[in-house]
Amino acid sequence: MSAMFARAAAAASSRRRHLGRRVNRAVGNTLFGLLIVAVMVPFLFPLYWMIASSFKVQAIISASPPVWIWQPTLQNYVGILTKVPFFSYAWNSLVIALSATVLSLLLGLPAAFSIARYRQYALASAILIVRILPGIAYIIPWYIIFSRAKLIGTYPTLILVHVMVTLPLTIWIMISFFEDLPSELTDAALIDGCSILGVFARVAVPLTLPGSMVAAIFSFNSSWNAFVSSALIGGIRIKTLPVIAYGMRAEYSLDWGGAMAAATVIVLPVIIFTLLVQKHIVRGLTFGALKG
Amino acid sequence: MPMQTAPRAPAVAAGRREHVTTGGLLGFVDRHADLLFPAPAVLLIFVLLIFPLVYTFVLSFHYWFLSATSTPRFIGLDNYARLLADERFHHALWHTFYFTALAVSLETLAGLGLALIFNRNFPGRGLLRTALVFPMMSTPMAVVLVWALMYEPTLGIFNYFVKSLGFKPILFLADKGIVIPAVVLVDMWFATPFVMLVLLAGLSSLPIEPYEAAVVDGASRLQLLRYLTLPLLRPTIVVAVLFRTISALQTFDHIYALTGGGPDKASETVNLIGWFQIIENNDMGYASTILVALFLVVGVASLTLLSFRR
Repeated sequence: MSAMFARAAAAASSRRRHLGRRVNRAVGNTLFGLLIVAVMVPFLFPLYWMIASSFKVQAIISASPPVWIWQPTLQNYVGILTKVPFFSYAWNSLVIALSATVLSLLLGLPAAFSIARYRQYALASAILIVRILPGIAYIIPWYIIFSRAKLIGTYPTLILVHVMVTLPLTIWIMISFFEDLPSELTDAALIDGCSILGVFARVAVPLTLPGSMVAAIFSFNSSWNAFVSSALIGGIRIKTLPVIAYGMRAEYSLDWGGAMAAATVIVLPVIIFTLLVQKHIVRGLTFGALKG
Repeated sequence: MPMQTAPRAPAVAAGRREHVTTGGLLGFVDRHADLLFPAPAVLLIFVLLIFPLVYTFVLSFHYWFLSATSTPRFIGLDNYARLLADERFHHALWHTFYFTALAVSLETLAGLGLALIFNRNFPGRGLLRTALVFPMMSTPMAVVLVWALMYEPTLGIFNYFVKSLGFKPILFLADKGIVIPAVVLVDMWFATPFVMLVLLAGLSSLPIEPYEAAVVDGASRLQLLRYLTLPLLRPTIVVAVLFRTISALQTFDHIYALTGGGPDKASETVNLIGWFQIIENNDMGYASTILVALFLVVGVASLTLLSFRR
């Protein structure tokens, strides 16, 4: 009997100790949770504010103190879609970004395969060095040449200047993916009588499809976001979405709601793409230098 | 190239081109894959990138306005002499360094903090990590619009908080002393997640043994961070700082869209004055000189940083 009491008492005291530890841990967890909220808010608030303001009428946008609950309106979206020929700008951006991406994959995949297979790293470094130089420096000569040839504001010239960025990016991302490919697989195919071209097309490319996906999304993203090259080479004839967004800013934006709606529409595809490549984002952002 | 029609030696000697090659075009492609595969890309990169670079460099020794019908006139180092005497360039250079130093150091510190937080396991970590990526993928020219709205002196939300704390409203983008820190804040929003992700990748690949040994020896968390994590992470930190410095020195979009270089040129960077020479003055020779200078700055900064790697 007394042994049982003793055991019960011991259990109770250990429970108390456990409770103490648990309270400590709960406090720690709460503090850590608060810390996470504190670091996340600054990064998410601007995006929230952009989307929220795109559903507000002008009076609510300019209200002070800020209004946190309001009757959402679609008038800003209707406004930009009807007043600004938004679709044609979106179409420009889409055509250019898709073409630059496809062209970069077509040329970049074989190049990256060869660099990874034959260890042509001097070539790879040369391509990287070229990439870290100021972008406007490349644009000047093309701006001059295309101006003289009256080729400012055509799709092919714009696609070409975007390929300057997307092709090196694609090559660098794909080198790291091709390097990860086990050499047993390619060697086995070679021994079976497959040609190098066959190894590339039937083994290497299919097995690195996730890599091509990452390269494609990063290419698309950098073309979609590009301002300087689009503004200079697109001229007044072909305007892309970032150029239009800058135009709205330059107007001293009387129409904040419209600007927020436009910004939301421009950023939305990019955010969707981010979700698709989140696993490989570090590799994409560091040109394949790091494999997060 | 050697070994064409001669009967093939046994596979031993031929090295990597040992496999049976067919004749014709396919065989040719196969034998020269190491040249032919990269050729189109290299050719395009050469035409698109190397040639313009040389052209820009050559142009920097010429006097030439694009609108004029005249041809470029060689003027030797005159553009460079003009650059060295140009006060607008001096200020722009200073703004570029100030912006880069402030942005990169703050982004590295904040990114390191974030990486340490996200290196721990907690519910919702993957989701929040993805959410942190949104800023750096988002279109600068679009998101800058919401920053302009938040910085707006009368209806912006920042000044609402400033006023409710009892201070006078701040002219974030119109005050010469505040404009660069204000733009740095925007840059931090775009780029801190990048530093964080790079450092997080570095943290997750650190060896575990030194930590076990240190814990057995009774090291505190702070000591672990100071004497283990930071030294081990150093190469990764250098990579992150290098990437950030290269792009911070050339930051264009958000500075141009938020301030246009103002107020009164107080936020003009080297990249911006290069752009203005093209857009406003059509002074191609001098614009090229400015960009060659920027290229030198970026190159020297990169090499300096790389020397810290070891």
